[in-house]
Amino acid sequence: MIHRRDARAKTIAVLVFLIALATARRNFLAVGLWYFAILVAVTIAARLPILAALARVAVVVLPFTLVFAAISLAAGEPLAAITLVGKSYLSALAVLVLLSTTPLPELLHGLEHLGVPRYLLMVVQFLYRYLFVISGEAQHMRAAARAKSGSLKRVFFDRSKFGAAAGAMGVLFARSYAHAEGIHQAMLARGFQDRFRTLSRHAFRGGDAAFLMTAVLLLAGARVAIEAWI
Amino acid sequence: MEPLIEVHDLHFQYDDGTVALDGVHFRLFPGETVAVFGANGSGKTTFVLHLNGLLAGDGDIRVCGMVLERKNLARVRQKVGLVFQDSDNQLFMPTVIEDVAFGPLNLGVDRNEAYARATAALEQVGMEPASHKAPYHLSAGEKKRVAIAGILVMRPEILVLDEPTTSLDPPGQIALLDLLERLPQAKILVTHDVQSARILANRAVFFEKGRIAGEGSVEELIARFSWDRARNRQATHI
Repeated sequence: MIHRRDARAKTIAVLVFLIALATARRNFLAVGLWYFAILVAVTIAARLPILAALARVAVVVLPFTLVFAAISLAAGEPLAAITLVGKSYLSALAVLVLLSTTPLPELLHGLEHLGVPRYLLMVVQFLYRYLFVISGEAQHMRAAARAKSGSLKRVFFDRSKFGAAAGAMGVLFARSYAHAEGIHQAMLARGFQDRFRTLSRHAFRGGDAAFLMTAVLLLAGARVAIEAWI
Repeated sequence: MEPLIEVHDLHFQYDDGTVALDGVHFRLFPGETVAVFGANGSGKTTFVLHLNGLLAGDGDIRVCGMVLERKNLARVRQKVGLVFQDSDNQLFMPTVIEDVAFGPLNLGVDRNEAYARATAALEQVGMEPASHKAPYHLSAGEKKRVAIAGILVMRPEILVLDEPTTSLDPPGQIALLDLLERLPQAKILVTHDVQSARILANRAVFFEKGRIAGEGSVEELIARFSWDRARNRQATHI
């Protein structure tokens, strides 16, 4: 069901979530737990692998936030540390659920309807596509290096290895540039001008409005209620 | 008969100073399939990129009677369908059907019509069952077929195929050649694969140092430029 909802409804719901989460000050533990429960329920309803999603967000978010949380702890503010980690984690999880349930062209099209500048969206689209290009090229080069008994072990401690790795990075970007150029030419050859068009009708239906209203009630309404009662 | 493509005195130099095309003259007529032979770096791919307006050198190019210039690029790109050597470059949308519909949507075709045309094109190349698959889950041969569907859907009058049989296994090559043989469009076939050229092409040109050094039947050019590796090796061993 979540997958079928219009990208605009999902994007606005996530924006409401992020604003409600970012502005939660009192009773963050209760609000955070409630939001976590909502995200877990949505993730399960969307048939996404819940444990993998939770772990992936932890891997991406925690290395950065734990540093600042440690600073807050050292300053004698444990609640601030928990709030920092909690808000970062929940925000990233919400964005992950949005991205996992909405194909990127749909999402960008929805954002365009919401007034985000088209050129900014094109940059995002190309960035997304070219990340796969770079990653694909990197995998090919890694396989080639392994085939020649190359390894990245102790690369930072071995001067010759470090030099070779730096050179390989240069080659990686040069190859990725050439590959990206090929993709761009293929797009132009098929009439690409200035925007991605998709087959979807982008109709905002009654179900999308109901989804959005429910989301706002569960997110903003529940937060107001929790803060009033606790 | 009016040529579909007419190229007159085309010159092109890359930014690093490499002269890639040095006075190319070429014509393609309706119903023809022309094989383009030549060593790596002889200018074949650079030449075909000009036919779609992806590169702009000095010289005159006419496509279906239109002078190729910036203002009619969209119409030219609809007339000349370019199938790239690396299908992965050509497939970038999340699903096969969306990828094939990419061209018509860019031409301003209505979504329902684009969907119908994309489905028909996929049927034409035998890939309709894969409509909702992600392109990167397909085999090399399937990707090539989808890439061709992505071009056919734009209803081009000319198909330009850059090394279409590269990286395909023999059954994939046979299937692709069968498909190409059935397509009614005029074709330019850039290839090192002389067997494909023998099957598909009724004329050939040979590129050397950015020029067309020879023109004639496929067999004539293969013999003149010793281009059939298998035959040469056989002769050497005898």
